[in-house]
Amino acid sequence: MTIKHLFLQPPTIAAGVISAWCLAIGVMVALPAFLAFANPAFAASGKTLRYASQDDPQTLDPHSVNLLPTNRVISQVYESFVSRDKDFKIVPSLALSWSNPDAKTWRFKLRPNVKFHDGSPFTADDIVFSVERTLNPLSQLKSSLEGVASARKIDELTVELIMKEPNPVLINHLFHFRVMSKIWATKNAALTPQNFKANEDTFASRNANGTGPFMVKLRQPDVKTVLVANANWWNSASNEKGNVTEVEMLPIKSNATRVAALLSGEVDFVLDPPQQDVARLKANAGIRVAEGTDARIQYFAFDQFRDELLYSNVKGKNPFKDVRVRQAVAYAIDAEAIRQVVMRGLAKPTGSIIPAGTQGYATDAAKRLGVDREKARALLTEAGYPTGFSVTLDCGNNQPPADICQAVAPMLTQVGIRVTPNIVPLANYFPKLQRFDTSFYLLSWGSITFDAFYTLQALLATHAGDQGAGGDSNYGRYTNPKMDALLTKIKVEMDMKKRDLLIHEALLLNNSDVATLPLHQPVIPWAMRKNIEAVFAPNNIAYFYRFNIN
Amino acid sequence: MLAFIIRRLLQSILVMLAVGFIAFSLFNFTGDPVSLMLPPEATQADRDEVRKTLGLDQPAYVQFSVFVKNALQGNFGISLRLGRPVSQLLVERLPATLELAMTAAVLGLMIGIPMGIFTALKRDSWTSKIFLTGSLIGVSLPNFLIGIFLILIFAVWLGWLPSFGRGDVTQLGYWSTGFLTESGLKALVLPAITLGFYPVTLIMRLVRAEMLEVLRTDYIKFARARGLTNNAVHFGHALKNTLVPVITITGLQLGGLIAFAIITETVFQWPGMGLLFIQAVQFADIPVMAAYLCLIGFIFVSINLLVDVLYYVVDPRLRVDRATSGGH
Repeated sequence: MTIKHLFLQPPTIAAGVISAWCLAIGVMVALPAFLAFANPAFAASGKTLRYASQDDPQTLDPHSVNLLPTNRVISQVYESFVSRDKDFKIVPSLALSWSNPDAKTWRFKLRPNVKFHDGSPFTADDIVFSVERTLNPLSQLKSSLEGVASARKIDELTVELIMKEPNPVLINHLFHFRVMSKIWATKNAALTPQNFKANEDTFASRNANGTGPFMVKLRQPDVKTVLVANANWWNSASNEKGNVTEVEMLPIKSNATRVAALLSGEVDFVLDPPQQDVARLKANAGIRVAEGTDARIQYFAFDQFRDELLYSNVKGKNPFKDVRVRQAVAYAIDAEAIRQVVMRGLAKPTGSIIPAGTQGYATDAAKRLGVDREKARALLTEAGYPTGFSVTLDCGNNQPPADICQAVAPMLTQVGIRVTPNIVPLANYFPKLQRFDTSFYLLSWGSITFDAFYTLQALLATHAGDQGAGGDSNYGRYTNPKMDALLTKIKVEMDMKKRDLLIHEALLLNNSDVATLPLHQPVIPWAMRKNIEAVFAPNNIAYFYRFNIN
Repeated sequence: MLAFIIRRLLQSILVMLAVGFIAFSLFNFTGDPVSLMLPPEATQADRDEVRKTLGLDQPAYVQFSVFVKNALQGNFGISLRLGRPVSQLLVERLPATLELAMTAAVLGLMIGIPMGIFTALKRDSWTSKIFLTGSLIGVSLPNFLIGIFLILIFAVWLGWLPSFGRGDVTQLGYWSTGFLTESGLKALVLPAITLGFYPVTLIMRLVRAEMLEVLRTDYIKFARARGLTNNAVHFGHALKNTLVPVITITGLQLGGLIAFAIITETVFQWPGMGLLFIQAVQFADIPVMAAYLCLIGFIFVSINLLVDVLYYVVDPRLRVDRATSGGH
């Protein structure tokens, strides 16, 4: 469910090794001869989808961790009050309807005759139980119940969520909520999420029992996870339903091997083909590449807090505190060149910190400043840096961010900002940012709620330190009282029209302040055999029930 | 002899403690598992809480002493990445790695020794020159590249063999084996060749060099003077005497094959300990890394011990020396 995700590309200590593999796979894919030898022995049998990606789910416990590889399997098995359709619009799922009698109460009518995979019936008790399990201190899914204090059963098929503070976009958050059977959890002693401290190995981390379209048949960590279609799924008649009856989810860490497995027909679908192979895969007659826009924004941010930058030759003052310097950076970065060269076309440049399709998105707030090196130099001179200055740009070692950093360095050096890229392993990168040990950094971010507030609050609110939730990921510690005032209003504004206007104002303020500097939205390629029909989802999760095998 | 073995086993405990301690002092640099366990939107309070529950807020030596204390009770903790007991994970993965490493070692011996003998005896033949040149490629090409080429040829072009995984395995008690099914055997071929490439070339060159050395010695001349057949001289006298260094090297290689199967396992998604380890490193999964490194330390020490014991079996002179000098 985290859309801005860490694991899209491998954080690797052996980056060199992997890039060498990539070279090798380049040779491999470029050789057209293999088609002649394509082997029918591995052809798909029945309606089994063999799906490969580089990461294996960490656990099957729906309330334990909140990481994309885990969510990719959990979201096939467990369901929530609401789900999202093909176009990613919210639609009822386990809830038939809902109302919001007052700001502190949400009332849900539940779908009757729904059964869990083990046959136990779904009732209001399961909702109350799942809410408690999600709000447990051991759970990392608390954000799916943002603002919720507790749940109350009204009757077998009616529940109320009691809020501790109003949340105008509660329904968006609830998309990530997962309903577990109370009876099953009680029987198998899985009442709370896994406790690592107590060295617990819980039943629910190895087994699953939801109401969703697929059931877990087999789970072998790092080898495979096998899902079978749930014949009794309540939504079997949905017009979005495809014909997949079984899915083998195979983790294949090495990029080259994953692509080779697709070419040899050992797998039908690769979620994360390496970017440099996409063009060649497209040229292959047996392979289709489906592209979709990721709901994440790659952006730059600056240390706007310290009086002297940690990593710069400017002493006694912080150039990034001057908006003109930040604008100069914006004018110097050529997003279109990065799209073409670094991203090989797989990106959509944007000037908005929230992606299109997000609640509150506005096209006039998505305009980029454009490339104007003269203007950048003039702004730097005006700000008192006629000869420029030097600074270190931090980025994670995953691809493509590491390449973006290297591409941006000469662009900025051209206008006088001499940038040294500093590429850090992901496991060290986030702790580094969390210590504010940076002057200038590149990160990507998406809103799990598909609503602007989530992003704005995390990236632009004044960093509240250890107490508050505001500005949690505002590692540059940008602060503007106007922005904080806007965010306070957006948070509780229940009138969506008024709320959108406030969001618009905040987006424009981000742009005029260059508080963060958005670069682009990545485009995600999914590679599959020609007989597979897939429906892209902007959270980069393959919902198997929408797949067809021809 | 018994005292010697016991002493070596005690030394192995010291080695493992040293490995563990060095590992723990390095873990600070592998990164923060909490940042990978939590989504980026987690609050600082969430992160601190997880760090505290995992004991990661403690200094390295405290974490190390907790690890040793638990390890003594047979508890290696829970993998932060997979949420399962580390001992269980290692037991599950060990068979895959051992089967792969053993197959590669057997390949090394079965192919390397005959080729070594051949190139020593027929020094000037064309075949020998081709073997020797070929072996240079084997020594100099990195493992992953060999693996990739094998995948390209046998999986993508010819479609004969799978490119990843271990096929179907049969569970024999705690041991999962791929030897009993067709798909398991098929899956073993490419990784075993990839991993076995280096030992084959190494053993071949070693046997050749030793053999050439031995063939020059006096007792070979005497053996020939006695009118023994070529076969008796080459295999009865010369080969036996070349085996001592071959055993050492093969032993050390086996340790190396188990420990460094990492690359091969990653290329072929072979579900062994190496793959577990590399993923643990990327996730900063401290319990798995610590237990793995200690286990590898233990394997190296025991293989060395085994090699030392084998010397006595192969080389009677050592037994005599020991008897006269009264010990090590």
